[in-house]
Amino acid sequence: MIPAAFEYARATSVDEASKLLQQYGEDAKVLAGGHSLIPLMRLRLSQPSALVDINPVKELNYIVRENGKLRIGAMTRHVQIHSSREVREALPLLAEMAFEVGDNQVRNLGTMGGVIAHGDTAGDYPTLAVMLDAEIVTNKRRHMASEFFKDVLTTALEPDEIVCEVVFPVAGGRHKYVKFRRRLFDWAIVAAAAQEMDRGWRIGLTNVGTTPVRAVAVEQALGQGASPQQAAEQADQGLHPSGDIRATPEYKKHLARVLTRRAIEQAA
Amino acid sequence: MAVTQMIGARIQRREDPRLITGHGRYVDDMTRPQMAYMAVVRSPLPHAKINSIEVTEAAKAAGVIGVYTARDFQGVIQGTIPVSNSFVPDKKQVPEQFPIAKGEVVYQGEPVAVVIAEERYQAGDAALLVEVDYDPLPAVTDLEKALQPGSPTVHSGAADNIGWDMTYAAEDSIAEAWGEGEVFVKERILQQRLFPIPMETRAVVAEWDNFDNRLTLWTSTQVPHFIRLFVGTAMGLTESQVRVIGPDVGGGFGAKLRPYPEEYLAAATSKLTGRPVKWIETRSENLLATTHGRGQIFDVEVAAKRDGTLVAMKVTQILDIGAYQGVFGAFQAVACLLAGGAYQWKGIAARSIGVLTNKTSTDPYRGAGRPEATHLVERMVDLVAGEIGMDPVEVRRKNFVREFPHTNNFGLTFDSGDYEKSLDRALGLAGYEELRRRQAELRSQGRYLGIGLSTWIEICGLGPSAATAPAAGVALVESATVRVHPTGSVSINVGTHSHGQGHDTTFAQLAADALGVPYDAIAINHGDTGDTPFGYGTYGSRSLAVGGMAIRKSCHKVVDKARKLAAHIFEAAEEDVAFEQGDFYVKGSPDKRKSIGELAFAAHGAGLPEGMEQGLEAVTYFDPPNFVWPFGAHICVVEVDPDTGAVDLQKYVAVDDCGNVINPMIVDGQIHGGIAQGIAQALFEEVIYDEESGQLKTGTLVDYMVPSASEMPDYEMDRTVTPSPTNELGVKGIGEAGTIAASAAVINAVCDALSPLGVKHVDMPANPDRLWKLIHQQRTGGNGASSPEATSDARGAFGATQEYRPDGGR
Repeated sequence: MIPAAFEYARATSVDEASKLLQQYGEDAKVLAGGHSLIPLMRLRLSQPSALVDINPVKELNYIVRENGKLRIGAMTRHVQIHSSREVREALPLLAEMAFEVGDNQVRNLGTMGGVIAHGDTAGDYPTLAVMLDAEIVTNKRRHMASEFFKDVLTTALEPDEIVCEVVFPVAGGRHKYVKFRRRLFDWAIVAAAAQEMDRGWRIGLTNVGTTPVRAVAVEQALGQGASPQQAAEQADQGLHPSGDIRATPEYKKHLARVLTRRAIEQAA
Repeated sequence: MAVTQMIGARIQRREDPRLITGHGRYVDDMTRPQMAYMAVVRSPLPHAKINSIEVTEAAKAAGVIGVYTARDFQGVIQGTIPVSNSFVPDKKQVPEQFPIAKGEVVYQGEPVAVVIAEERYQAGDAALLVEVDYDPLPAVTDLEKALQPGSPTVHSGAADNIGWDMTYAAEDSIAEAWGEGEVFVKERILQQRLFPIPMETRAVVAEWDNFDNRLTLWTSTQVPHFIRLFVGTAMGLTESQVRVIGPDVGGGFGAKLRPYPEEYLAAATSKLTGRPVKWIETRSENLLATTHGRGQIFDVEVAAKRDGTLVAMKVTQILDIGAYQGVFGAFQAVACLLAGGAYQWKGIAARSIGVLTNKTSTDPYRGAGRPEATHLVERMVDLVAGEIGMDPVEVRRKNFVREFPHTNNFGLTFDSGDYEKSLDRALGLAGYEELRRRQAELRSQGRYLGIGLSTWIEICGLGPSAATAPAAGVALVESATVRVHPTGSVSINVGTHSHGQGHDTTFAQLAADALGVPYDAIAINHGDTGDTPFGYGTYGSRSLAVGGMAIRKSCHKVVDKARKLAAHIFEAAEEDVAFEQGDFYVKGSPDKRKSIGELAFAAHGAGLPEGMEQGLEAVTYFDPPNFVWPFGAHICVVEVDPDTGAVDLQKYVAVDDCGNVINPMIVDGQIHGGIAQGIAQALFEEVIYDEESGQLKTGTLVDYMVPSASEMPDYEMDRTVTPSPTNELGVKGIGEAGTIAASAAVINAVCDALSPLGVKHVDMPANPDRLWKLIHQQRTGGNGASSPEATSDARGAFGATQEYRPDGGR
């Protein structure tokens, strides 16, 4: 299908992008990798008045480790995250996740910032950001990831706010991301992430609600000495997943338990 | 001079360098001077009365040339979309389908208006400005509810929703055989609706020439001559006024073997606007408005003896027609006639009921009726095996048809076969006994390995006029002209149409051998009604067995003429002239030769024998004496994860027999793709309509699960060769075989895997949530497993014990 008509402008800096967004008004959208936005536009489910293309913004493409933090620039592509030695050492779970995103085409173009700003609960990075208390840095302010994702495809971003960077804690402990899907390039039906930190486990769940979920009950059970199996039984606590063509709510809750157990057990 | 044997050569497809480097010539690559674009406004509702259509805003939009609704086409399009007999000559209800809705829409996606604009995006934008005022009517979606008296009807004013009700053999006709049964198994087997999903969506460029009164139609089709006949007739044109060109076509899978509304609408709007009109189907439209496949329920019951002898079967097919009869939709009733599969039965009772629903029409999709037949009979054989505690391999062996020709319960004659040979080859390749040992070992560890068989057969090579004339209403013969040019190169123009099958290569291979000319000197032309003889196109795995034979016979006619000319030049008797690898010589004098090229040159010159015309060419319309009957054995091995319901495809063995093979690589490729589509049906794909609203819920490829190469196992393949006696090439068809075989092998494996839990039958697609639900219910002792017969006792596939006896108790 053919998208509705829209204006298009390329920005070469965050400042320029910011000005363009103000100029075009609140129906404008930022174009990063485009692998979520363009399909929505093709179906006319999204009809932005203008696209501000930030692909030329070189200053947003970086991976930096400093002071116990891993900072990923918003325009860093999945393939860069996956293949980065820095990421593999500082936060190997993120490198693992990056490789699980989409297919080669998506990984070559899709970006960290795009996934975060799109705010899809089936996205992988939002789960990691929430469970690790990452910070999302924009051209205006810093958000705690736990407060950033508001609802289905809804974030705390204002219309002229641009995601610039995501700041993760460094975590080299045992970890695993178990992504359950039908096809290799699909979004998760449900996924579970486990990361061992200095002060216990962090557990996150993908696509089990309107926003990414940190499975605090599982973390606490593990902290109190429960076995992975016992702890994983808590994984569906408080979950209200919606059903879809792939899975009923009941099945998603079941998967949350099974995949959480597997993530903890397989963490290495 | 020496020409190698090309038949049987494993050579790469010569059309591929063009196709795989992006240099194909598809309809969308076609451009004409002054060309305009068409966008179709479609009904968002499955059933509604149209109160009014407001086009003023759309007509004013930028670039718009015209907006047209049904009334504008009155008089321009005079006919309706045809419906063929296709094994159901006596239909109860054939709703008239005009290419655009007149006052009532009956499926979501039905055209209600078209917009013609200077640019494609302008047409698309303006289409959204057409305002249609609908009065929604109740949508008929469920097949069984649709059959109940008092059900709302798909078409207002219709008496009911029955499209056909055809009994091929009544139950009382098999009463005696049924009485011999000692064990009985019964199952409802579903065939979900599927999207055919060719890589290239449908596409049309129509160009009306107002001075010559001629129409040229470039269209992505499997059947250019059909399109010329039907679209031309509806436009009030003769064949000589219409030229239909199917250029490179990016797949059809049965969904492009009929005329579609957009072909009529593009042709008519070209006439109305005086501009060439292009329409390219979007993928969303392709899912919504291109015909779907399958969509059937089978109620099957089998009577067998305790020793494994199959005795009799009762089968009722309930088929989801959609809102209009598919042009060849009723062909899928062939599932009834093939329900007995590769086995001998004393009696089969069969009935097919076609049900109209407010959905897109169903029509053939790769295999069309034969995957359904294979799936049901292969499932039933396994259910019998489970019931009597016998290895499914042995039940198959015990009941195979062994003598050929074999006339089945419905009078269809299997031409040749050796079913046990292909089964044995597959069992060996799979390591069947070792697999069963491994299965027992894993079961003791609480793991669920399953082994599934499919010993499939099919009918293809449509078809002998004696059979297709009464059944399909047409004599599905096939044509070829062979023309040897003055300097010896050859053009072969055929009535079939390649849309990915590799005809350019296969046909040239067989002609190279028949004429003894270099393969590279032969050009194959297809798809253009302007220069090909009338042909019925490509579907039903017919192009080689029927069309290939037409080529061969034309080659022989050419050789015969060349031989006469050679005899004249050699001053010898015709019967003394030998023909060998493209050369003619007088027997006993092999040193003095004339090549077919030299004779072609002579044939275009002076000094011919008295009464011989110039030129060296021939045309053949080949009417085969029978269908051809490929067969084979597929074995699938899966492990089911009981915690998630996920199916891990671990092994796939395919031993197929399509008679003699012209190009092994192309045959393997066809089987690869076919198996992938069968696996897709078994595990992934399903068209879902909302039962209440009638809205398509799988309207994008995000929701409709077409698997990718990553989801496919490695195929281990082999073949047996049992030549067909039906044609001189000894060939059968292979285009659909993989799809016909695969779903049964996969589902039998899944059922075998879960048999320790008491699961007997699993519906398609066997996706994780469905399997997990089944497993969960069985484990928690709940009821409501997929089949009413499913029991919760932990019985293995072979009966009370899970222990496998490799000798099957023989």
